Amino acid sequence: MAIKLKTLSDQEHLCQGNLACAGCSQILGLRQVLKVLGENTLVVNTTGCMAVITQMGVPKVPHFHVLFENAAAVASGIDDALKQQGRRDQYKLLVVGGDGGTADIGLASLSGAIERGQDFIYICFDNESYMNTGGQRSGTTPFAARTSTTPVGTVSRGEARLPALRKNMVEIIAAHNIPYAASTAIGYPMDFLGKVEKAAQVRGPSYIHCHAPCPPGWGVDSELVIEASKLAVQTGAVLLYEIENGERRITKKVSKRKPIADYLKLQARFRHILDDEKLIEQLQREVDAGFEALTARC
Amino acid sequence: MTRQFWNGNMAAAQAVRQSRVEVIAAYPITPQTHTVEYLAQFVADGELDARMVKVESEHSALSACCGASIVGSRTFTASCSQGLQLMSEVMYFASGMRFPIVMAVANRTLSVPVNIWADHQDTLVNRDAGWIQIYTRSVQEIYDMMLVAFASAEDPRVNLPAIVAYDGFILSHASEPVTPLEQSVVDDFLPSPRATERPLMDPAKPQQFGEVLFPEWYPDFEYKKHSALVGAADVLTERFAALAELSGRRYDLVERDSDPGAKTVIFGIGSMMQTARHTAAKLREQGESVAVVNLRVFRPFPEQAVAKALQHAETVLVLDRDIGYGSAGMVYPDVVRALYHAEHRPTVLNFIVGLGGKDITEQTILRSLELAKDGYRGQSVFWPDARGPQEGIAPSAQR
Ligand SMILES: Cc1ncc(C[n+]2csc(CCOP(=O)(O)OP(=O)(O)O)c2C)c(N)n1
Ligand code: SF4
Repeated sequence: MAIKLKTLSDQEHLCQGNLACAGCSQILGLRQVLKVLGENTLVVNTTGCMAVITQMGVPKVPHFHVLFENAAAVASGIDDALKQQGRRDQYKLLVVGGDGGTADIGLASLSGAIERGQDFIYICFDNESYMNTGGQRSGTTPFAARTSTTPVGTVSRGEARLPALRKNMVEIIAAHNIPYAASTAIGYPMDFLGKVEKAAQVRGPSYIHCHAPCPPGWGVDSELVIEASKLAVQTGAVLLYEIENGERRITKKVSKRKPIADYLKLQARFRHILDDEKLIEQLQREVDAGFEALTARC
Repeated sequence: MTRQFWNGNMAAAQAVRQSRVEVIAAYPITPQTHTVEYLAQFVADGELDARMVKVESEHSALSACCGASIVGSRTFTASCSQGLQLMSEVMYFASGMRFPIVMAVANRTLSVPVNIWADHQDTLVNRDAGWIQIYTRSVQEIYDMMLVAFASAEDPRVNLPAIVAYDGFILSHASEPVTPLEQSVVDDFLPSPRATERPLMDPAKPQQFGEVLFPEWYPDFEYKKHSALVGAADVLTERFAALAELSGRRYDLVERDSDPGAKTVIFGIGSMMQTARHTAAKLREQGESVAVVNLRVFRPFPEQAVAKALQHAETVLVLDRDIGYGSAGMVYPDVVRALYHAEHRPTVLNFIVGLGGKDITEQTILRSLELAKDGYRGQSVFWPDARGPQEGIAPSAQR
């Protein structure tokens, strides 16, 4: 039963008014996800922007903001407790975290929970930096991006870690032989929500990694957030695919990929490299290689 | 129930089994590990209907207990030493969330140097985490205190987590006779965890948990948490009385062994207080005026009961099996605080003993009494069993 815009619930599970910046992908994502999962959803939230912007009664479902690195462990306790009490089937259990809470400080607790086969849907909203603390780099910050801890200076040009070494969370999680893992982007809501629906059918852990542009962090205009996310996919910077019981499948095929510069241009965090043709060429090669590597595995 | 022969870890595990704990999450660390292994066996044998969350760290162990707690389950964890330190962040979280989690701690010192033996460093550095802390001197006491801990933590007037601490190896691995309660008696003592109401995650009544609180209201919240912990003293006292009815075994926040008029009083927590008691009894036979006061509950700190128990003493020796580096032992300051306003204020001296599992013998106690004879000489902290530049004298006195 593929999700359709027409059949998407009218019910809102977030109250109007929240603390997010204009154009924030995360709150948009949570709103849509809860439409799919429904009112019997328990939400566990790492420390980060999402926990702050949902303050003061924004969610209409039970919402538990925990510590920065322990959301998957707290969710494990909820999962096991509900099973022990014989009422696990009544609820959906959603864990949301940023890239810092997921790929960096919370990776061990997430890995442990997945290895134990805990039953939850984990969604990482990847804004490629620690935005709640003002935009420091994370394990998913792309090469060359300017963040507050990878500044541009006379001897430094933003994030120095090479593109190939950036944490690939979908593959890290897939290496646990998880039943369902997927990447998605806020610019493709039907792709995203279809995956949420699939994840909700899984008994056991499922993981969705969502590309989530952040206007202040990336230097993208609020009204261009969706555009930036779409361009990430159309250039191949972000590949939308899923891994279902070990089978990889590209969910959004891009017949003619746009040049990577189109995506970079939209973001002030890459402004300092836009004139460097050689570097842009190198980045283009990296994108091409990434695309080919994934295609070869699908 | 008939008398059993259990070690300390088994006594804790048996109390957990009889308390019908529903979710257990713990991570192995010596000397606590057996507790969780015993529990795993009870679950495997169908003797305990609980789920074990086999977590990848202590941080996650306590986090999983928090998860289970917010949907209403009775939860248990166990740890010590490095594990407890890794949990520390979550300990404050658990008390702030008012989760009645119970944790058994087989006390062990902190690295480095590497050392797996008993002292109270691990629980005492977490003394301000908002947990009840109960200390024990025997295996029977471990069993009894575990039941008291669940009953008190879950009392709606308290709703705070609790630690039952017992010295690693000295109690965790030593077997002693224990007389447990019948299951039906435990069931009466400890009602279902869902018998009382507390805020839980429930879509029928959606609420937000763990949210921000701005400065205007923050002190009010903290005051409530603090008051609940202070008030836990009355609840613990009630539970001690209830347990005495059922078992004939009497406990109190502060316990004196004899002679309320003794001139010299030895004060402290944990298994070393048995040695102190034994030594004091011998000394009394020789006509000396020495008594022992055991502090059973360190948090909440029973200020008035401590003052009352020590008010007739001329000299109080506070034994600390721990050291607050750069200051004194961590039990000592609270005792001084309790006595500061006493009508008759005794001399209070601090003795750092038995660190890293060093045996506390009759000699250690006698040596401490010897050092205390001269009273206060510009120095309040002594190291009777350490090889200092001048034996038994802390660095500050050398200057
Ligand atoms: C143990 C711990 N370390 C550091 C912090 C400070 N901190 C809070 S949120 C955050 C960054 C969050 O980044 P991310 O998970 O990427 O989420 P975002 O805010 O970007 O959505 C940091 C460093 C903390 N709360 N706890
Ligand atoms: S900083 Fe970025 S992620 Fe955080 S609320 Fe603003 S837009 Fe959203």
